[in-house]
Amino acid sequence: MRQDILSVQSLYKQFGAVRANDDVTIHVERGSIHAILGENGAGKSTLVSMLYGLLEPDAGKIVFDGVEVSIESPRKAMSLGIGMVHQHFMLVEPLTVTENVVLGLPGSWRLNLKQHAARLAALSEEFGFDVDPEATIAGMPIGMQQRVEILKCLYRDADLLILDEPTSVLTPVETASFFEVLRKLRASGKTIILITHKLEEVMALSDRVTVMRLGKVTDEVVTQDTTARHLARLMVGRDVVFKIDESARTAIVAGKPPLLTFRNVRARNDRGYDGLSDMSFEVAPGEILGFAGVDGNGQAELAEVLAGLRPYTAGEIKLDNKDLSDYSVSDRIHTLKIGFVPEDRHRTGLVLDYSVADNMVLRNFYKKPVKGPMGILNRRYISEFAEEHVVKYQVKADGIHQAVRRLSGGNQQKVILAREIEAGPHLLVVSQPCKGLDVGAIEFVQNTLIAERNKGVAIIYISTELEHILAICDRVAVLYKGTISGYVVPGETSNEEIGKLMAGFREADSNAA
Amino acid sequence: MFDAIADYGLITAFLASVIRLSMPLAYAAVGGIFSERAGVFNVGLEGFLIIGAFGAAYGTFHTGSPYMGLLMGLLCGCLLAIPMAIMTVSLGVNQIVAGIAVNLFALGFTAFLSRVAIGPTANTKLLPGFSKIAIPGLSKLPFVGPIFFNQDLLVYLMYVAVPILYYIMFRTAWGLNIRAVGHSPRSSDTAGLSVTRVRYVAIIGGNMFVALGGCYLVLSQVFVFSEDMTAGKGFIAIAAMILGRWSPLGALLAALLFGFFDALQLRLQFSNPDVPYEIFTTLPYVMSILALILFAGRNVAPQAIGRFYSREDY
Amino acid sequence: MQLELIRWVYRLKTVWAVLLSLLVGAWLIRITGHDPIESYKALFVGAYGEYWGFSATLTKMSPLLLAGLAVALPYRVGLFNVGGEGQIYIGALFSTLFALWLPGLPMWLAIPGTIAVGMLGGALWALIPAILKAYRNLNEVIITLLMNYIAINLVSFAVGGPLRAEGAPYPYSDEVGDSYLLPIMMDGTDAHIGALFGVLAAFVIFVVLKYTSIGFGMNTVGANPHAALYAGLSVRRHIIMSMVIGGALAGLAGTFEVIGLKYRLYHLFSDGYGYDGVVIAFLANANSLAVIIASAFMAGLESGANVMQRAVGVPITVIDAIKGLVVIFVAASLAFSYQRSGLVKMINRRKRLNEALSASALGEDRV
Repeated sequence: MRQDILSVQSLYKQFGAVRANDDVTIHVERGSIHAILGENGAGKSTLVSMLYGLLEPDAGKIVFDGVEVSIESPRKAMSLGIGMVHQHFMLVEPLTVTENVVLGLPGSWRLNLKQHAARLAALSEEFGFDVDPEATIAGMPIGMQQRVEILKCLYRDADLLILDEPTSVLTPVETASFFEVLRKLRASGKTIILITHKLEEVMALSDRVTVMRLGKVTDEVVTQDTTARHLARLMVGRDVVFKIDESARTAIVAGKPPLLTFRNVRARNDRGYDGLSDMSFEVAPGEILGFAGVDGNGQAELAEVLAGLRPYTAGEIKLDNKDLSDYSVSDRIHTLKIGFVPEDRHRTGLVLDYSVADNMVLRNFYKKPVKGPMGILNRRYISEFAEEHVVKYQVKADGIHQAVRRLSGGNQQKVILAREIEAGPHLLVVSQPCKGLDVGAIEFVQNTLIAERNKGVAIIYISTELEHILAICDRVAVLYKGTISGYVVPGETSNEEIGKLMAGFREADSNAA
Repeated sequence: MFDAIADYGLITAFLASVIRLSMPLAYAAVGGIFSERAGVFNVGLEGFLIIGAFGAAYGTFHTGSPYMGLLMGLLCGCLLAIPMAIMTVSLGVNQIVAGIAVNLFALGFTAFLSRVAIGPTANTKLLPGFSKIAIPGLSKLPFVGPIFFNQDLLVYLMYVAVPILYYIMFRTAWGLNIRAVGHSPRSSDTAGLSVTRVRYVAIIGGNMFVALGGCYLVLSQVFVFSEDMTAGKGFIAIAAMILGRWSPLGALLAALLFGFFDALQLRLQFSNPDVPYEIFTTLPYVMSILALILFAGRNVAPQAIGRFYSREDY
Repeated sequence: MQLELIRWVYRLKTVWAVLLSLLVGAWLIRITGHDPIESYKALFVGAYGEYWGFSATLTKMSPLLLAGLAVALPYRVGLFNVGGEGQIYIGALFSTLFALWLPGLPMWLAIPGTIAVGMLGGALWALIPAILKAYRNLNEVIITLLMNYIAINLVSFAVGGPLRAEGAPYPYSDEVGDSYLLPIMMDGTDAHIGALFGVLAAFVIFVVLKYTSIGFGMNTVGANPHAALYAGLSVRRHIIMSMVIGGALAGLAGTFEVIGLKYRLYHLFSDGYGYDGVVIAFLANANSLAVIIASAFMAGLESGANVMQRAVGVPITVIDAIKGLVVIFVAASLAFSYQRSGLVKMINRRKRLNEALSASALGEDRV
């Protein structure tokens, strides 16, 4: 039996009411590539932050090289021989490669850049990195920046390298050379922990894989002994969390003309790459179209493009035969009647310091009847509106004037829903609507959406929680790298097949696996 | 007018005066870039200048030695920098407010203290200061000699300091740390640097250097202390930092440029009162605004400047 | 109950800071060899309790109040208007030009006219940094700061050259015509109605921010620009609007210094009112009604200092020191918040523990 370089035993970490890591136990063998597979929110980042000294565990043990250790800071982690490459690179752009590698290195105050540069060049050669020590980070291709990050770790004699979602920023070509790099590192005796949600990487690269879901470890297997299908099932889970009022679901009228059409739409994401690469779909009134998929495949961009918060660079979007690009955010709300429940409640959907009442009129305070004569706000109308809907939407708050910051996540979401639905939308876009909500709140949200659908509202439901989507959507599109990899019919398509669509296998491959 | 200036001796005298006039600006701008590079706005330069001036006057007045005055000025700069660092780095007070607070506090306090600690003669009795020292040999060089090498101690200190500070900023680990922290505190934190410690050192050290500019005003220029004697030089220095692209050499050159305009407008006031001298006093500011607009796309300013760094926020 | 009390202690943190600085100020007064109680009495009674002193306070309050509002309003939208000083100068310049150019206007045209023109000047001066911020995201602090100096120099040039009064020993303009003189509030003093305008403006701003949709929009942009975009607001428009109004208010301050107090435009007539405005806005936490109180306080300190010097002999510079202390203590006090207080956290933890204990005790009893 090979010796474990690292073993994590019964690790716990809690943030408020959320158990980010719940009794996590992992065994990593020396000289292997060990994958940690899981969805967003599975607890991978928390785990890894604890391994690198950015967070401290509430309970549990970390045993490194046979010795129990406590890792209080990145410095301590580095001194143990643990290196980490974060998903968002920790590089200082105006500095050169050498300067970045040397940053924080204990030693003399004199920089000796030439010496370090020479040693870096040699190291880069050894692993075939092709990195120029004198080059500045700014403007460097992402693939090369990543290699600089790895060099940082190697330069400090790291034995264990933790890579957090390393291919999320790489192009397919860069990904191939990245795989080679990893294999070379393993061959030279390094151990690698690979955090990922991509099945093909796990199958291609890893020796062992630990699957995490909702803070717990669901399984730890030798990769050779398992299949992509099995892993997909583990990742996607099987627990049903709530009940839906099935009787309220009436059948869709077939053959209705679509309300919204997308044709070959492209949009950039924040990093400048394609967030949406080729989106085409249609939604009819009285239909809930779900968008499933692993986070980061275009969900945010899709929602923002619809709301008007992000421009699209190609293609055509028509709502009710009107070209969407002609309409500003405000026009989309009031003229086109598009409602939007954003993914990030706190950042976008609400003003936390405002009261419940004020948040309910956040999107229409500048229109009648909320805005009265001479621009004065009709406070009586606002209060009545708020009182009425706090009851109707079962918002638990200390009165309509309480700051929304004090409300629970579920109640905050209800405020947003009340606002968006009472505006009488024709199209309602909801993004991760049940994120962070308890069972009761989830039920409420889902039932509310079904009720709206029955009224003839077209709903776009974007979520990474498959169970939620499958429960109420009429059709489900699976997002992969900014386009739709396939459609799923709830109740008919199996979980494994959905998992594979999400992980990038296209419909045609599903028979081969 | 131009025939008069054509006289060689007058040119060299004029240029020598440019150097002298730019010194306070130079100290302020060069010292100021350290905290800015570390990510902390420094609009309190005016305050550090005046507190350095006061310290210099106080020390010299009570001991008779300008060297003690210099030390006192440095000490005062240090003492004022500590609350500034605490406010901006540890407490998370808005950096602009902290800078303005430092200015107003220093201006008010020194006005009060000068009356009490130095006495009613603060404005009138001349203090012993630094007089011009001609460097043997170098001061005899044609043209450059009388301009650069017939100045006082603090000017020579600046000649020596700038290359040293440049070296520190770009060739030592400290400078690297400062630049990293100012651009990307999170990356620096992950690399094991203490963002807090780096910023404290940059703020305190840098502003002590700024205080030397105030010492210069008292010990090399006017030899007395008077309220508000800094007259906005601290703000021109901010412009010089920007124009100088936050580099010690650049800040020095920008300060010299502004000093040039200052000397020019002074000269014009006497020789040609009809030409509006305000053109030259305004020019530094206009140039800096243009520089900001033009350089805006190239992100020269330290990226993280103005933002309070706290590990939990990430 | 305990928590409520603590919350009020935190709410009044600015007041504690001011009191602390007055305390240290008392010690400074002692150093100069005078009795602090006597001195403070002279100061405060002189500033608010006496006819002449109060008139001086009102006179000073006019520019301070308006300058404070000029900073407070943009701050609500999330902007830092440090350019009040320059906006004051340009406002004064514009109104002087107007007054001197049209000397014969009757009072009912002259005064509103100068006011409008002065506000326009300040607004234009603030428009430049506003556009640079809205469209190029250039830091408004640095730009407004630099523009202050350009404005001061512009005015110096104007009154040193083209506008200079005949035979003036130092730079100032001609006197403005009689019809331009602002009415006086208190007979025989300098106290012009400028302060009233300021109070009026403060109330208008307060009402707009609290009760109108425009105000709601501004508050939203300042509180959460992302949510503002989502709500369909134009962040750019709000940036420009708030800066322009702020500039107009500062311009008004300048106008009043000319037509209310000095009756002509002087070189360097503003002794840092723009920067005092920043301090006042901070004391008031950008609340326009509180700005009235804060500016009354600062104005009182200034005019009271003169009384104090005459009556007791304490040098006026003590007030400069005290003002400096107020600024530093208030700035530091801003960092202390109820939410982040360690004491509060501890009390809350104990409360939760107690609740959990009593709940489990009940449970255990049942077993």
